[in-house]
Amino acid sequence: MIQLLTDAWPTLWPILAAIAIILAVVPFLGLYMTFIERKIAAYVQDRVGPNRVGPFGLFQAVADGIKIFLKEQIIPDHVYTVLYFIAPTFSLMTAMFALVVMPFGPVATDYKEGFRFIVAPGIDIGILMMVAISSLSAYGIIVGGWASNNKYSVYGAIRSCAQFISYEIPLGLSLLGVIAITGSLNIEKIVAVQSASLLDWNVFWQPLALLVFFTSALAETNRLPFDLPECEQELVGGFHTEYSGIKFVLFFLAEYTHIVTVSFLTVLLFFGGWHFPGLPGPSGASLVVLLLGLLVLLIKVSLVVGLIMLLRWALPRFRFDQLMGLAWKGLIPLALANLVGVAVVLTLGLPKHLLLITAALPVAAAYYSAAKFNQTVSTESSLRAGLARKQAVSYE
Amino acid sequence: MSETKKKKSVKWGEEPKLSVLDALYLPAIVSGLTTAMRHAVSGKPMTRQYPEVEPEIPPNYRGVHRLNRDEEGRVKCVACYMCQTACPANCIEIIAAPAPKDDPHWKDRDKYPATFTIDELRCIYCGMCEEACPVDAIELTSVYDLTGMTREEMIFDKEKLLSVFDQTVDSGNDPVRTNRGILGPASEASQKAKDAPPPPGRGRRG
Repeated sequence: MIQLLTDAWPTLWPILAAIAIILAVVPFLGLYMTFIERKIAAYVQDRVGPNRVGPFGLFQAVADGIKIFLKEQIIPDHVYTVLYFIAPTFSLMTAMFALVVMPFGPVATDYKEGFRFIVAPGIDIGILMMVAISSLSAYGIIVGGWASNNKYSVYGAIRSCAQFISYEIPLGLSLLGVIAITGSLNIEKIVAVQSASLLDWNVFWQPLALLVFFTSALAETNRLPFDLPECEQELVGGFHTEYSGIKFVLFFLAEYTHIVTVSFLTVLLFFGGWHFPGLPGPSGASLVVLLLGLLVLLIKVSLVVGLIMLLRWALPRFRFDQLMGLAWKGLIPLALANLVGVAVVLTLGLPKHLLLITAALPVAAAYYSAAKFNQTVSTESSLRAGLARKQAVSYE
Repeated sequence: MSETKKKKSVKWGEEPKLSVLDALYLPAIVSGLTTAMRHAVSGKPMTRQYPEVEPEIPPNYRGVHRLNRDEEGRVKCVACYMCQTACPANCIEIIAAPAPKDDPHWKDRDKYPATFTIDELRCIYCGMCEEACPVDAIELTSVYDLTGMTREEMIFDKEKLLSVFDQTVDSGNDPVRTNRGILGPASEASQKAKDAPPPPGRGRRG
């Protein structure tokens, strides 16, 4: 056994180190993202935000963490105890597990020995696994809602279930275009393809895919404007109504981990990952270049995180039928059209930047839906002006 | 009522038409983000840093009560029970006692309050006590940050209420509603009452 360990040690320690980094950084990051979110919320609303604990309120996150750990463990009498305990842990577990195939720094595709910024390098089903695992996190919410034995929690869970199932489809479809042209599901390879120049970043030939991906990813993270599973005005707290203390925090840690995952995926798949014009790739690069790449990646990711947090305060929440309509009538057809475009380009051997014209598709879709809506409206008003019968107004 | 008449009484509004840009969502999202960003970078928070920066209390604010002292430092109250009677929350309790006649210090007074307690938790700060008081002995100050750890310490007795007077008398924030007695130097109302002809009616300012 010991012999086995010493033999495996050269391959084992980079993995253990990467796992340790993820396990150490993610909860810390989750705590500090709540702080950053509160600060951004405050600035958007012309407030100051937490500023009492430490300089600029920087230790607020630590204080929150301590408070949460010291909180009383309340287990309501009416819950299914086992499921009640499993749900938050499962939620966080799946969220963290999805990070296994995600490079959090420059990773060369020739996979040398030694430390790499990824837990499992060279997984050829990378994206597939990530999407599969992160869709498992719906179970955490559904089980939590069910175990709470409370109608609001179940409503939240059901909504979340419907939302996850609907938005999984455009999420996967939007990724297919990138995957088809790269010819690999391996995230490091997808990033490596974007290395040559700025125009090789996937966003410059897959803008529509980015739009669809980002929208559905927001919906997958249960963030505003898609936070129907936990919308306070309708569902008290949604699926986490009965949760408090550390169990509640596990749910929220999972949500913030999802945000991190989504931001990383957006950057890795569409914005060139750790590549930046003028910066050499990670293969055989010196430590400085690697760290610069890490910095580039983290800056890009934090910009996306900032955008997600800002969107929360810029947009109103969707109504549930609008949410479903957006997925099934808007995003899925757009993603399919994008996929068809990629297929045509690949089959005919056309330059891939021709796909930029897919950016016109949402405009066409908007034109169609506006025309349809206005037709409904004009029918309604003519009905009212002339025949005037009791007519239920439909804003579909 | 006939069908046509009914129809005429109803005025239908026109539904606004949806434009392509509206249906695209994106311009609305961009404008929302712009608004959010504009506020985020404006750097002009509306927050008042409360314990460090105290709010400006309007002069007619009704805060914690005080029992005024007269020029000789005695409690001004004559124990007439008017405030206790007027109080809608029943939070004032007075026990009157005859003033010690042999004491030269008290020889111009008939009665004085032996005890005077106000339950500050019960009080609704309506100001009817100071309106009822014939000698302007009870007043509501602009002290707004009244806190306590127990219910007992929130029941203010005579000494406590007099000490509130001692704390607030020089603050320049004297109540402006009462004007029959002699008020502090900062009181606009007392000056106005001196200058102006006596108001009609009961001669009280509201």
